[in-house]
Amino acid sequence: MAEYLLRFIAGGVIVSAFAMLGDMLRPKSFAGLLGAAPSVALATLGIAVVQHGPPYAAAESWTMIFGAIALGCYSLAVCHILMRSRLAALPASIIAFAVWLAIAFGLLAGLGGAA
Amino acid sequence: MLVKLSSSALKKTRWYEYGVRFVLGGLATVFAGIIGQYFGAAVGGLFLALPAIFCASATLIESHERRAKANVGLAGARRGQQAAALDAAGAGLGSIGLAGFALTFWATAETNVVGAFAAAILAWMIVSVSAWWARQFFLRRFSSLGQLARLPRPDVE
Repeated sequence: MAEYLLRFIAGGVIVSAFAMLGDMLRPKSFAGLLGAAPSVALATLGIAVVQHGPPYAAAESWTMIFGAIALGCYSLAVCHILMRSRLAALPASIIAFAVWLAIAFGLLAGLGGAA
Repeated sequence: MLVKLSSSALKKTRWYEYGVRFVLGGLATVFAGIIGQYFGAAVGGLFLALPAIFCASATLIESHERRAKANVGLAGARRGQQAAALDAAGAGLGSIGLAGFALTFWATAETNVVGAFAAAILAWMIVSVSAWWARQFFLRRFSSLGQLARLPRPDVE
């Protein structure tokens, strides 16, 4: 339970810090870079290093590359949905989540986790 | 286009919006940890790049723009969508940096952990900012290309 609490606080603090920095930056497309900040990764990899050691964290970071590629495709999908349809941001970003799942697990199935 | 940092923009954000981000960030981190525990490092790693916070951020940006337009008596739905789309375009470029972060950490984690984190963050910053500058350059030089012209343009910002 203490571990989950630590994860929750660490993740919340890091995500909030990046979000506040993003609020302060202009133009918006530049601030959007912070939308793909490694906030969850920093907290999770830090805990993984302490709990399981560097090789485990390295293995996680290898498949994180697939997740990042999927995030890029997801972001482009959200961008196009918003520009071409009348959908609001929330439904657009939820619908496009299917893209993230398909790309991330497709890359994992195709390329594998072992590096 | 100049990149600016302004603390006055923080005043636009309401206190509960910070709370939403904190809770979502915390939950996404707990979720990534649980997935890693039950399905192993390979599947858990995917969720380190989960767009969990993106939904909240895009919605907040959209509502800020809509509110700003409403304050001057205008309907801001379309403007809100465009602002959220710009944020998504930025996140798309940032994801290249996120891949750079992961690749750098993977390559260096087993030699020096602290150095690996520092190098990975540096890689994320350099790759993300370079990608953003490259997009700005490309859009200015080749803005007549039909497909790209349909994406949010810098002059919308």
